[in-house]
Amino acid sequence: MSSIWWLLALHLALAAAAPVVARSQGSRVMLFCALAPAATLVWTIVAAVSGGADADAITGVGWVPELGLELTLRVDAFALLWTGIISGVGVAVFVYSASYFEGDPDVGAFATRLTAFAGAMLGIVVADNLLLLYVFWELTSVTSYLLIGTKDKAPEAVAAARRAFVVTAAGGLAMLAGFVAIGVQTSTFSLSALVDNPPSGTTATIAAIAILLGAFTKSAQFPFHGWLPGAMAAPTPASAYLHSATMVKAGVYLIARFAPIFVVAVPVWRPTVLTVGLFTMVFGGWVALRQNDLKILLAYGTVSQLGFLVVLFGVGVPSVTLAAVVMLVAHALFKSSLFLVIGVIDQHAGTRDLRTLTGLARSLRVTCVAAVLAAASMMGLPPLLGFVGKEKALEGFIDTSDGWSSTVLVAVVAGSILTVAYSARFLQGGFGGGDPDPVSRVSRRVRTMGLVAAVGSVAGLLGGLLAAPLRDIFVPAAASLEPSVAGSKVKLWAGFNEALLLSAIATVGGLVVFASTDRLGRLQRQLNVPVSWTTVYDGAVSRLYTVAERTTATVQNGSLPVYLGVIAATTLGVPAGILLVDVALPADAVAAESMLQVAACLLVAGTAIMAAVSGRRFVAALAIGGVGYGVALLFVIQGATDLALTQFLIETLSVVALVLVLRHLPEQFPAVPWKLGRVLQGAVAAVVGVSVVVLTLTAGSSRSTPSASNYYLDRALPDGGGKNVVNVILTDFRALDTLGEIAVLVIAALGVTSLLLVLPGGVPARRLRTGDSILLTRLANAVVPIALVFSAFLLFAGHNAPGGGFVGGLVAGAALTLEYARGGRGALERIVPFDPRLLLGGGLAIAALTGVAGLLGGGEFLESSKLEVDVPVLGTMKATSALPFDVGVFMVVVGLVVTVLARLGSASEPSRATYTERDGNEEPSVVGSPS
Amino acid sequence: MSVLLAFTAAVLFGLGTWLLLQRRLTRIIIGIGLIGHGTNILLITSGGGGGIPPVIGKGDPENFADPLPQALALTAIVITFGVTAFLLAMAYRSWQLTHDDVVADDLEDRLIASKRRQDSDVADVEAADRAHATDSAGDDES
Repeated sequence: MSSIWWLLALHLALAAAAPVVARSQGSRVMLFCALAPAATLVWTIVAAVSGGADADAITGVGWVPELGLELTLRVDAFALLWTGIISGVGVAVFVYSASYFEGDPDVGAFATRLTAFAGAMLGIVVADNLLLLYVFWELTSVTSYLLIGTKDKAPEAVAAARRAFVVTAAGGLAMLAGFVAIGVQTSTFSLSALVDNPPSGTTATIAAIAILLGAFTKSAQFPFHGWLPGAMAAPTPASAYLHSATMVKAGVYLIARFAPIFVVAVPVWRPTVLTVGLFTMVFGGWVALRQNDLKILLAYGTVSQLGFLVVLFGVGVPSVTLAAVVMLVAHALFKSSLFLVIGVIDQHAGTRDLRTLTGLARSLRVTCVAAVLAAASMMGLPPLLGFVGKEKALEGFIDTSDGWSSTVLVAVVAGSILTVAYSARFLQGGFGGGDPDPVSRVSRRVRTMGLVAAVGSVAGLLGGLLAAPLRDIFVPAAASLEPSVAGSKVKLWAGFNEALLLSAIATVGGLVVFASTDRLGRLQRQLNVPVSWTTVYDGAVSRLYTVAERTTATVQNGSLPVYLGVIAATTLGVPAGILLVDVALPADAVAAESMLQVAACLLVAGTAIMAAVSGRRFVAALAIGGVGYGVALLFVIQGATDLALTQFLIETLSVVALVLVLRHLPEQFPAVPWKLGRVLQGAVAAVVGVSVVVLTLTAGSSRSTPSASNYYLDRALPDGGGKNVVNVILTDFRALDTLGEIAVLVIAALGVTSLLLVLPGGVPARRLRTGDSILLTRLANAVVPIALVFSAFLLFAGHNAPGGGFVGGLVAGAALTLEYARGGRGALERIVPFDPRLLLGGGLAIAALTGVAGLLGGGEFLESSKLEVDVPVLGTMKATSALPFDVGVFMVVVGLVVTVLARLGSASEPSRATYTERDGNEEPSVVGSPS
Repeated sequence: MSVLLAFTAAVLFGLGTWLLLQRRLTRIIIGIGLIGHGTNILLITSGGGGGIPPVIGKGDPENFADPLPQALALTAIVITFGVTAFLLAMAYRSWQLTHDDVVADDLEDRLIASKRRQDSDVADVEAADRAHATDSAGDDES
C-alpha cells in the first residue's frame, strides 16, 4: 500500500505544474489536473477488486519518532471507501470545471488550489498517525480558505473565506489538543492502535470533547455552522467538491473513526453527538426552507445532512454505522450533483434566485433529470441510494430499544420532513414556473456541464438498484469500524416494515410542509432571531480584538524598567518564595572560610555599593573595576587560578573600554524622574537579593549525586591528554560549549563594529591624551614584547599548567591595550596590521575545523586526538588537537580586544587612521593633538 | 560552602538589579557587570568549598577545587566582557545620535497605551482601525 505515497506526490506535482499549464492551455488545465483524482480512482478500484485493503498494513517512515510524529499511512476498507468518494467526485468536478472556467484567467490558481486540496483530503483519510492527520486537516482548511477567496477582489468573498478559516482552524487546534492529550495518555498517536486500547477517564473525556470540537467546526454543526453558507462565495465547482462532498465530511470521518474508540469509554460522547447532530439536522432544514438563493438553500441542506451523518456515525450502534456508510456515499453523489446543477443554472441563466428562474425544465432537460434524481435521493425516495441509507438507519434505530432511540427517531423523522420540503422547494424553484426560459439558446459548454452533473445522479440511481451486490463495498467499510456488522446485508427493498412507514410519513409530511410554505413563511418570520450568525461572529471577533488591545495597553506600557522589574521579581521571587518555606543551611556550611575571604568579600561589597550609588560616571567605572579585582581575589582564595588570572585581565580591559566610552558622556548622572518610584525599585532589588541567598543555600544543600567533576578529574589525563583539568574541560570535554561561547564573542565584536561603523561627525568628544607620556612610552617599550611572548607561552602551556587560550589571549590583549594607551590607534596597527575581523573569523574557523578533524579521524565532533612529533633540538613534542582549538580561542579573544580598542577608541583618533585606509603618518603628536 | 559568599553574591545581584531598573544606559551597563560578578561567585560556590588548583600532579586530588564550575565561570567572565563591550558600543551610539544615554519608552507600546485611553469606549474594531489610520497619517505629517 506504499503506492498511496505516489498518489499524494502526484497531487502535489500536478498542483505545482498547474499554473504553467494554464498559461498555454487555459481551462483545459483542469483536465490535466484531473489525472490526479483519476489515478486515485483507478488505484482505488484495483485495490478494492484485488482485496488490497489491509487494515494492518501501516506504511511510512518516522519523522520525529521521539515526539510520536511519524509519517504513517494505513488503508483499510473504510479509508478505501473514502478515497473512492474523493477521487470519484473529484474526477467529475475537475472535468466539469474545465467547462465552467472556460475563458477565466484565474483558472491556473484555482487548479492548483483544488488539486492541492484533493491531495490533502486524501491524506486525511489514509493517515494513521494522528499528528499527520492534523497536518492534512489544516491543509484542507488552508486550501478551502484560498478556494472560497478565489474572487479575491470581492470583499465579501474574502471576509467569508476568513470566517471559514478562523472557525475551522480554531476547531482544528482544539482537535490537536485532544490528539496530544490522547497521545500523552496512551503513548501512541496511531489511530489503529487506539482502536485496540481505547483510553478512558477524565483525560479521555476532555480529549473526546476537544476532538468533537474539531469535527463540529469542520462539519458545520450548530453553533459553528455559519461559515458554510458564507463559503458559497467560492466558485460552484469548489462548493460541489469541498463544501458538500468532501471537506465538510472530514468532521464526519473523524467522528466515524473515534466513535468506536469513545462511545463506551467516554459516557458524554453519545449524548453530545446526538444532541448536536439532531439539532443541526432540524435547524439546517428549517433555515433551508426560507432561502431564495438556490446555492444557500443547498448549503443549509448540507448543514442539515451533515448533522444526520454525525448522528449516524457518532451513535456507535453497529447496524446504524452500516447505514451511515451507505448514506455517506449517497450524500456525496446527490449533493455534489445538485451543486453542479446549480453551476449549470447559474451559468445559463445568470442568476440563482429561485423567484426569478423559470422554464428551465424544458430548456435544460438533462440537467433537470439530474436534479430530480439527485433530489429524490436526498428525500430518500425509492429506488435511489438515499432511500437505502435512510431505511437502514431508521431500521437500526427501531431495533435499538434504548431509552434515547425513540427521541432520536422523532428528531430524524422531523429532519426528514424538512429535507423533503426543501428538496421539493429546490426543484420547484429551480425548474418550475410556467413562463418560458428567457435565455433562448443553450450553449455547448452548459450542455457539457449538465451531462457531467448527471453522472452523480445516475450513480445514485444505479447504487440504489444494485444495493444488494454493492454490499461488498459497504459492509467491509463499516466492518473496519464495527467488526460485528461483517455478515450484514444491504437491500433496496426490505419489505413493508416500520421503517418504511416512517419514510412514508416523512415524505407525505414533507410535501404538506412544502405546500404550506407561504403560511410557514409567516411563522418563520415570527420565530426568526433578529441576529444573524455573521453578526454574532463578527461581534465576537471585534470584542476579542478590543480585549487584546486593552490587555496589551495595560501590561505593556512601554517602560523597560517596569518590564525588567516584573520579570526579575517574578522569575526569581516566585520560586525563591516557595523555597523559603523550608530553606536550610547546607551540611558543610560555614560562616566564612578564612579571614582573607572576609576581607575580599568586604572589598567586593564596598566597591559594589560605591559603583551603584556614585553620581559620577568615572567613579562608578573605577569602582566596578574594584569589584572585579575583589572577585579575582576570591577566586585565588578559592583555588581557581585560571579564573583569577582571567578575571584580573578582563577587569583591566573592561575599565579601559568603559573609560573609552564614558569620556564622551557628561561626568555626572543627571537625575531622571522615574515613575515606579525609588521604593518599588529598591523593593524589587531586595527581592532579587533575598532570592539569590535562598536559591544558593537550597542549591548547596540539594546535591543528591556526586559531582560530575570526579569523572573529569579521572579522565583528564588519559582522555584529554592534559593536566590542567579546567583547560581540558574547556578544550575537550565541553569543547562544544566553548565553541558556542567564542561564537558569542565573535557576534558581540561584530555587533560593536557595525554599531560604530558609521561615524557621523560633529560630536565633539573629550580627547584621550595619548602619546605624550615618556614614562608610558618607556614602560610599553619594555613590557609589550615580553607580555606578547608570555601570552604565547600561556597559550601553549595551558593544557598542563594554569593558562590556556582565554588567559593567553587576554594577556596579549592587555599588552595591546598598553600599546594603544602609549601610541593610540597607529601603534595598535603596527602590531595587528590587518582587520581584526580576520582574527575573529579565523579563530572561530580554526576551532570549528579542529572539531571537524576529530570527526574525520573517526571520532566525534571535537573529539581530541594526540600527536607526538620529534623536533630537532627541542626533542619530542607532545600535542593534542586541543592546542589548535585553544589557538582559535586565543585569536577570537585578541580579535575582540582589538575591535573594542579600535572601535570604542576611534572617536579620539584622526579619521584618516583607519584599518581600511592605512597611511604612514602616525606620529603620536598628531594623534594626541586636538583638531 | 561559605554563607558569606552567598550573601556577597546577593549584594551584587541586589545592587545590579537596582541599577538595571534605571534609565541610564551607563548605569545599566554597570548593573550588568555587577550581576555578572555575582553569577561567577554563585558558580564557584556551587562547587562547594575551596581547594587547591586542580592541576594533576600538583597535589592530592582529594583537596582539589571543583574544576567544572571554574570552567563555566571562566567562559562566563569572557562573555560578560563581550556583552559589556556591546552595551558600551550601544551607549556610545545612543550618545552620538541623541546626545543622551537614556533608555526611552518603547514608542509602539506607548502608542497602544495612549490609544486605549482615547478609544476606551470604542468597541467597534473598524472604528478603532480608522482611528489608528488617522493616527499614523498624522505621524507622517509631523
